Amino acid sequence: MKLDKNGKIIPGHVHYAKWGYIFLIPFMVAFLLFSFIPLFQTLHYSWYTYYEDQLDTVGPTWAGFSNYVYLFQQSTPRTFYFFGIRLGTMTISDLGYYTLNTMLIWVMGFIPQIIVSLLLAVLFTDVRLKLRFQGFFKTVYYMPNLIMAAAFGMLFQMIFARSGPVSSVLLSWGWISEPLEVSSSTWQTRLIISFLDFVMWFGNTTLLLMAGVMGIDQSIFESATLDGASSITVFRKITMPLLKPIFVYVFITSMIGGIQLFDVAQIFTSTSGGPQSSAYTLMMYLYSLIADKKNYGQAGALSMLMFLVTAVLSFTVYKTMHPKYNAEKDTIKCRKRRWKEYAGCPDTIAEMALARPTGPVSHEEEGR
Amino acid sequence: MATFALPQRLSKSMKVQLLIKRILWYTFLILLALLCLMPICTLLVNMTRSHGDLSANGFSWWFGNSFAENWDKCFKDVHLPVGTALKNSLIVSTCTAVLTCYFSSLTAYAFNVYRFKFRGLLFTFIMLIMMIPTQVSALGFVTMMRQWKSLNELWPLIIPSIASPVVFFYINQYMESILPFELVEAARVDGCSELGIFHRIVLPLMKPAIAIQFIFTFVGSWNNYFIPALLISKDGQKTLPLIIAAVKSSDPSSFDLGKVYMLVAVSIVPLLIIYLLFSRFIIKGMTEGAVKG
Repeated sequence: MKLDKNGKIIPGHVHYAKWGYIFLIPFMVAFLLFSFIPLFQTLHYSWYTYYEDQLDTVGPTWAGFSNYVYLFQQSTPRTFYFFGIRLGTMTISDLGYYTLNTMLIWVMGFIPQIIVSLLLAVLFTDVRLKLRFQGFFKTVYYMPNLIMAAAFGMLFQMIFARSGPVSSVLLSWGWISEPLEVSSSTWQTRLIISFLDFVMWFGNTTLLLMAGVMGIDQSIFESATLDGASSITVFRKITMPLLKPIFVYVFITSMIGGIQLFDVAQIFTSTSGGPQSSAYTLMMYLYSLIADKKNYGQAGALSMLMFLVTAVLSFTVYKTMHPKYNAEKDTIKCRKRRWKEYAGCPDTIAEMALARPTGPVSHEEEGR
Repeated sequence: MATFALPQRLSKSMKVQLLIKRILWYTFLILLALLCLMPICTLLVNMTRSHGDLSANGFSWWFGNSFAENWDKCFKDVHLPVGTALKNSLIVSTCTAVLTCYFSSLTAYAFNVYRFKFRGLLFTFIMLIMMIPTQVSALGFVTMMRQWKSLNELWPLIIPSIASPVVFFYINQYMESILPFELVEAARVDGCSELGIFHRIVLPLMKPAIAIQFIFTFVGSWNNYFIPALLISKDGQKTLPLIIAAVKSSDPSSFDLGKVYMLVAVSIVPLLIIYLLFSRFIIKGMTEGAVKG
């Protein structure tokens, strides 16, 4: 859309908008074909009894919500341990148990991660401390994030093996009298996977939080320091409240990542899920339903449950991340009202800027 | 930060306090760095030691002399096609990175330069689905690929990456901040076609953002395990993560620790070298391109 000086459309001008649609085609087609349609296919399967039994294929026959009901009801007696102490046996649904595993592993990895990352972000940006070699430390901390999770899982399986490095070092120091048996302890297995998760992600979180801290107006820190506020007060009263949006972002994206936990757990426990299936995660459950049990109905139901949870979480991320974009939309709406008198209402800020008829828009109108 | 004003003179006790604080924090930083480096060091040392040495004594301070032997075992195992997997991983990751970067830029270009109906709606839609993991639609995707008789092929790992909301979002952010609309206008006046503007003006301008995203998508695709594991079962088409997963289930009599360490190293070390070469650039891109809250 091309406008003349008075904001009227020049007749017969090229319509550029069509190019916008043309350039969007590849993205949209790929998305529809490989994400959207498969998602609906998954939803579709979740309502059918559909599985492969040896060489026979059963179904698909309509089953309503029975796959979902089955997922919630299918249960196994589990014995719970707390560092070797037997707490008791309880029959709980598999889905519930795997959710519990996934959440436990995520929480045990996330708590140290957020504490260490916050600390690092504050340390690296502290002007009084002026720590040096920051480039080196950041490089080292971020490095594990790029390592193939499957390879990392395999590496740690070997490192924590009976005759592996950790076991032999601890033995030679006399800290333990018998070789480590990680693969027989429920909590040790979970803890090591959480630890791997921590090592892989704390660098990433640190960089995110640092970006947040550096985005805070430095003069606020300056005046606080001049007023004699201690580092701890500055952190509690200034850094934390202003970091809240990024904090929420980190929390929720990490949670979505936690739900996706698969590679490390799968390889570290050699697909078994560890002792008492204590490190059997939701994604491993989904994987085994698709690849091993070939029960597509139940796999569909599980996928849809996970879709619901992640959709809610990503909506929250969207809300916290895009106050800016929402503000832009409001601005456009607001400006559109001003443009009513003209034949063509430009719907972009860029075009408005190019063909602005009445001088700059006042700030009251630009506000959210 | 350079403009930060501190009281010029610190009293002696404050200086001492600062020194103690620094020593304390440096110790913390170094310990944390060791935590990240130890696994890698163990890997590098153990990949040069023989199976016998490794199973007798798990830990060693210094390299062994079985590097060549482990290398041969790793690449010459007929049951474990590591060489082919390395090639497949390279093909898939490179193609994925190229496609993702090109089409994400094109999509960002469409959103930034053109004003069409449903623009805001489409953008909001992409932002909403951005965080939803691909695994939730994996079942539908796998069954579709089976219907298309495309299991055990590499293209299903590559083509879907044309639609990568996260990469699009990053490049879009960058384009918003860097591309002046006047430049596009000027090119139009000079008679450049719309696609020509994208190729000759916008893409070169986007180089820094594209380079970062190229590295990230390459790494992501290189490390991807879930979807390939569902799609590929033939040895000749396996990528590296699948080979690592297969190590344990392969013949236990041929299980050789030195070989497995070498295999892990083969899948990790190339990326680490690339990372260390570009780390300054990557860290900068990570910090700047991070959420702009």
